Amino acid sequence: MSGAYDLIVIGTGPGGYVCAIRAAQLGLKVAVVEKRTSFGGTCLNIGCIPSKALLHATEKYEEANHKFADMGIKVSPKLDLKKMMTFKKDGVKGNVEGVAYLLKKNKIDTHIGHGAILSPSRVEVVPTGKESTPIVLETKTIVIATGSDVAGLPGIKIDEKRVVSSTGALKLNRVPKKMIVVGAGVIGLELGSVWRRLGAQVHVIEYLDRILPGMDLGLAKEIQKILKKQGLTFDLGSKLTGLKSDDAGCRLTIEPASGGEVTRADADVVLVAVGRIPFTQGLGLEEAGITKDQRGYIDVNAQYQTNVPGIYAIGDVIKGPMLAHKAEEEGVAVAEILAGQAGHVNYEVIPSVLYTWPEAASVGKTEEQLKQAGTTYNVGKFPFTANGRAKVNRTTEGFIKILADKETDTILGIHMVGPNVSEIIAQAAVIMEFGGSAEDLARTCHAHPTLTEAVKEAALAVDKRAIHM
Amino acid sequence: MTVEIKVPALGESVTEATVGQWFKKPGDHVEIDEPLVELETDKVTVEVPAPSSGVLQDIKVTEGETVNIGTLLGTIAQGDNATQVKSVSKPEKSNNQSAPKQESQTLAAAPENAPSVKQAAMPPSPAARKALAESNLKAEDIKGTGRRGQILKPDVTAAKATSSPKAQKPSILSKTAVARTAPEEVFPVPSSEMRAPTFPVDTAREERVKMSRLRQTIARRLKDAQNTAAILTTFNDVDMSAVMDMRKQYKELFLKRHNIKLGFMGFFVKACLQALKEIPAVNAEIDGADIVYKNYYNIGVAVGTDKGLVVPVIHDAERLSIAQIEAEIAEYGKRARDGRLGIQDMQGGTFTITNGGVFGSMLSTPILNAPQSGILGMHRIEDRPVALNGEVVVRPMMYLALSYDHRIVDGKEAVTFLVRVKECLEDPQRFLLDL
Repeated sequence: MSGAYDLIVIGTGPGGYVCAIRAAQLGLKVAVVEKRTSFGGTCLNIGCIPSKALLHATEKYEEANHKFADMGIKVSPKLDLKKMMTFKKDGVKGNVEGVAYLLKKNKIDTHIGHGAILSPSRVEVVPTGKESTPIVLETKTIVIATGSDVAGLPGIKIDEKRVVSSTGALKLNRVPKKMIVVGAGVIGLELGSVWRRLGAQVHVIEYLDRILPGMDLGLAKEIQKILKKQGLTFDLGSKLTGLKSDDAGCRLTIEPASGGEVTRADADVVLVAVGRIPFTQGLGLEEAGITKDQRGYIDVNAQYQTNVPGIYAIGDVIKGPMLAHKAEEEGVAVAEILAGQAGHVNYEVIPSVLYTWPEAASVGKTEEQLKQAGTTYNVGKFPFTANGRAKVNRTTEGFIKILADKETDTILGIHMVGPNVSEIIAQAAVIMEFGGSAEDLARTCHAHPTLTEAVKEAALAVDKRAIHM
Repeated sequence: MTVEIKVPALGESVTEATVGQWFKKPGDHVEIDEPLVELETDKVTVEVPAPSSGVLQDIKVTEGETVNIGTLLGTIAQGDNATQVKSVSKPEKSNNQSAPKQESQTLAAAPENAPSVKQAAMPPSPAARKALAESNLKAEDIKGTGRRGQILKPDVTAAKATSSPKAQKPSILSKTAVARTAPEEVFPVPSSEMRAPTFPVDTAREERVKMSRLRQTIARRLKDAQNTAAILTTFNDVDMSAVMDMRKQYKELFLKRHNIKLGFMGFFVKACLQALKEIPAVNAEIDGADIVYKNYYNIGVAVGTDKGLVVPVIHDAERLSIAQIEAEIAEYGKRARDGRLGIQDMQGGTFTITNGGVFGSMLSTPILNAPQSGILGMHRIEDRPVALNGEVVVRPMMYLALSYDHRIVDGKEAVTFLVRVKECLEDPQRFLLDL
């Protein structure tokens, strides 16, 4: 059949488009189906990429307001929010067009419309637009990469104006006086930071008694301390029990998580950032007989195959951290598996990053996980206050912490808070992927003066022999 | 005291079996005669009962292994030892599982100098790991040149170059990839039966199931028959009116009297017996340079089951009445569907009848059930126009097929045989007169 594809990928987020490109590189005839009018999925359109544009721009604004003067630069910055949103939009545009170019370059057919699985070999695409005729594509295999959607709270309606999800929080047309963020995860803290920098009073409510659940507790405490200093306020161990919104604003009722006295709060905007849920609506999973677990994640085996042979799933629709780079790795792995290679993802070494300022980043096991597993480990910690580059830049908040096996010195986890740690975490992932020890890292020459020297010093600190401390 | 569990005698000509499911785990308490494990033979599946009560101590063979008569399957600890054994058997098991792993780790580490602290096994580098997974090499077989003996990509590349080239998984790009290695089979599989490599994208949409021993036996025996005998098929048709009328007339009385339904098979077996007596070559078999004529008539009746076709045998059918034949067939059918047919039930056949008609077959050419020399194929009965005494009339007709071994059955004999079967069925009175 000349019209049949080897592979159809449904969804062109980081998992989907990377999978399609890798498969095309390996010689497969590939098509993608995308319901948005632009490629890149949540990440590029309404997630990571636009939020990073705003985080970057607002941090510059923050610097101009508060840090330039110390460096001898006199400015009186004035916010043009509309222009900032254009900056964001242009950034997104550049990225999604980049994906379109890459798909084209790799000769991947693109179908814009809603994709539904009719059978392991047929995908129906209902083109976007009202009076369109569905088309049916023939294929040998299907990869589901439809990602995730915002998780709501029962009884709370997200209107994306007053009560917003991350989507709405990325395009507010004025700076709210007061913003309440529900959920102290990565999204809540990042977008909370954006609007705080632009002048909003930001208050964060979190059900658990800590921020950044799942990340290393020491790291979470450090970042909370820093964010507090910046003006964010926190209400941990609390739950939102009621929310009313109208043109005048939002009125909330908050209770301790364990029950107790109700407190009331007002806000101009409430950001609901309590997580994300796998998105498989209208995909035809039930009809195809594809099974999901209780939480809605598609069941897959070690080769990412669903219970229906020929249909695979990757990224946020399957279990594991909902991270773009995790989806990308899975996309590559499944493409290689389909091409007869040994595709594999090492879930032990998947970095995660919080893009506040300073940033936080982690890879590997947290101290809590190691304690729970009964693993004995050494800790090497080095603060940026002792790093030359950080000192001259006056970005000395944070630290680097390395956890290494007590007996073998193998690095088990690296956690960092500080300037540019989103970039620094890559070397931590590389050494861990190679199964390296703290000493391996300590004996690797790091350029001076750089922030990365703090990594080397932390590695030395595992053996209690940091030089600059 | 320890009691050994061995593969029991499985009936004549059965020497080996495949181990099926174990019903018990080591450490489980078992009662005497309680089924322990399934053995699948060429012909049937048997359950091996516990030779004594106690605690299942050890399992020596796992599912899928081939065993011979007398092979040790496992052991049972009797009496007081039992509890003790239970605690012993567990660590033993875990040792078995973890030992090779630990070994490979230490091997992979290959420390170059004695370190002050215990050094961790260095896993192969990420690229080396993938290259290893795609090769037939093991990490233990390669000396790593990286830090602390870590296997790096060039190490794998070099090792691949020196080791014998081995079948690689076919890539979607190279359709002409090397053939897959033969999976472990009960019977040696000729290379001609190995499937050509397929696209991995296709493989993903296929299901690979191990052929049951029964299925493999069927396959082998059918092919053996075709390779050995000079199989030829002759056809005829039979007007079923007389048999059908007789059934109609007596079916209630027959059921009342014999407590069994009057079917067609009884008539066919009887008709075949009549024809076999007249044409002994069809009931004979070749033994080297001899022909063995059998003066007994064991008629196999093919029965379809969910696992495959089995052929239970009605022994000494010539001594049985139609009612007895019907009863025996009904009993066999039930047992076949329940998987309770014994080996002895399927041995010793001298001639076989297969009824494709129940599935709607119009015409077929059955394959001989070696070493037999004849097999009668029955087909569906349907009303067809036939010319009778110069007039076209509608009659319930069935095509008959007789496949025979032309080495010992001549064409004339085969045709006569089938004509006789036809005559008997068209005029059942011949049974009475032994015609």
